[in-house]
Amino acid sequence: MMAFIHEYLPYVIKGSYFLAAILFITGLRRMSALGTARGGIVWAGLGMLIATVATFLLPDMHNMVLILAALVSSTVLAWVSGKKVAMTDMPQMVALYNGMGGGSAAFIGAMALFNAVDHLGGCSAGTIVDTADTHDCLSGVTMVFAIVGVYIGAISLSGSLVAFGKLQGWIDKRYTFPGQHVFNGVVGIGTLVLGLYLTQDLNANYIWIFFGLSLLLGLLMTLPIGGADMPVVISLYNAFTGLAVSFEGFVLQNEAMIIAGMLVGAAGTMLTKLMAKAMNRSLGSVLFGSMGGSGGAAIEGEMKEIESQDAAIQMAFADRVIVIPGYGMAVAQAQHKLWEMTQILLDKGVDVKFAIHPVAGRMPGHMNVLLAEAGVPYDLIEDMEDINSQFKQTDVALVIGANDVVNPVAKTDPESPIYGMPILNVDEAKNSIVIKRGKGTGFAGIQNALFFADNNKMLYGDAQDAVGHLIQGLKAL
Amino acid sequence: MIDGFIALYIFALAAILGFEIISKVPVVLHTPLMSGSNFIHGIVLVGAMIALGHADTTLEKVFGFIAVFLGAGNAAGGYVVTERMLEMFKPRVKKTDDSKAGDES
Repeated sequence: MMAFIHEYLPYVIKGSYFLAAILFITGLRRMSALGTARGGIVWAGLGMLIATVATFLLPDMHNMVLILAALVSSTVLAWVSGKKVAMTDMPQMVALYNGMGGGSAAFIGAMALFNAVDHLGGCSAGTIVDTADTHDCLSGVTMVFAIVGVYIGAISLSGSLVAFGKLQGWIDKRYTFPGQHVFNGVVGIGTLVLGLYLTQDLNANYIWIFFGLSLLLGLLMTLPIGGADMPVVISLYNAFTGLAVSFEGFVLQNEAMIIAGMLVGAAGTMLTKLMAKAMNRSLGSVLFGSMGGSGGAAIEGEMKEIESQDAAIQMAFADRVIVIPGYGMAVAQAQHKLWEMTQILLDKGVDVKFAIHPVAGRMPGHMNVLLAEAGVPYDLIEDMEDINSQFKQTDVALVIGANDVVNPVAKTDPESPIYGMPILNVDEAKNSIVIKRGKGTGFAGIQNALFFADNNKMLYGDAQDAVGHLIQGLKAL
Repeated sequence: MIDGFIALYIFALAAILGFEIISKVPVVLHTPLMSGSNFIHGIVLVGAMIALGHADTTLEKVFGFIAVFLGAGNAAGGYVVTERMLEMFKPRVKKTDDSKAGDES
């Protein structure tokens, strides 16, 4: 019996990793279509479970207590935090978990390098690495993979943590200084060169410095990037982590890691491109451009305030109303009240639609998720391309917590930093009402010409309270 | 053993597959997909377990522990968050199916 197990166990384990890879691919495929999306994550989750269990069966595994302790404590923590976090805070949780994955890959790579230092004497020149898994001396190629994996994984770790901090509101400034890009470039290239030098002269001190510099690079790269660009950045680091995992998978000779990591590396890159395109930003301008601050002409005129009762009347007697939700709605958790208000309007025979800008909120699809949570049916929700031509025939456009995505300056002022970004044509509606906390500028720090337009009125207040007042106003009619 | 060229084939095929899958996705699914792919690279947990399972020195054990801890957080957190997001896309009872089918592209 034991002999039987010994003979077939390796096939069972390899087979499990193969199965896991297939399940990941199938899961990702299913997640990319609306009808099957919910099942997709279950398929991928099953793959993860199979791969993890199979790993426990590997021969020669030590430190089981340590493994279980780390595995169980972290799983419980992440599970609970993931369950408890509010829907609006999802983007930063994705950033956090992604950084953890990148960090894990970086530490695996660093371990392989430290291990190689300990076994330096045992291998002939050119084959310096002794991996934990096989106890064979491995080639310089493997070492390059380990090093690049550390580099990318560490950048993803520290970069994602900064992104988390920015979205969480812990870091609310962009840190910039003159010559920053050149400085970052020098650090970036210098660190990589030091890393590759390790293949020639492996020593523990250099590994520490290399690891530290890679972490620093992630900080340096992410700190100057404005909050509005965070979704693109998180998506980019998601792709980075995938690549790092894939490379460390090669070091450990683990097919499931290689395939899943590269799959995410490619999918993440594609997703990053799509998101950047939706914001009319190139990846280069996200990473190296400077968004916000100055730029663009000052806007003349004043903002006109409206009482909630008057706003309610205006909407109740309109034929067509388009609601444009933004991050302000998410922060105030106003989606449920908004749907309540919409239902009252629908009952009054008003044609109400929701217009979603591709990058409204902090991530593409963020608004759709929140509206779906509140129970708004899909057929009331329209994408930008579909609805933009309809604003001309719209009596009231209600902007709730959105700013830059409805700023007509993007169409009119070539000097503006957001010039060329596709926007929702709220300025073409007969009337518009903007619910906003205060008079400040938006996330990108740019004056919004819409707010000063003659047919626009401002309804100041927290989105949830303001919509609550609108509901009262509608009920009083 | 996976030699260099076999690895190159695997890298290339997986990359092409990843590009293919994402190239035709409705905007609505961008955030859930980012989260879902974030979960999938949680497979790094397996690598971290293997690395810690073969760690000898104290330094390796510390690094391995951190790696498993981080990897498990990636996998578990990624799963929960993705599942919660996709939960929002559950078809409603009173809803007809046509708008769902027409939502693509």
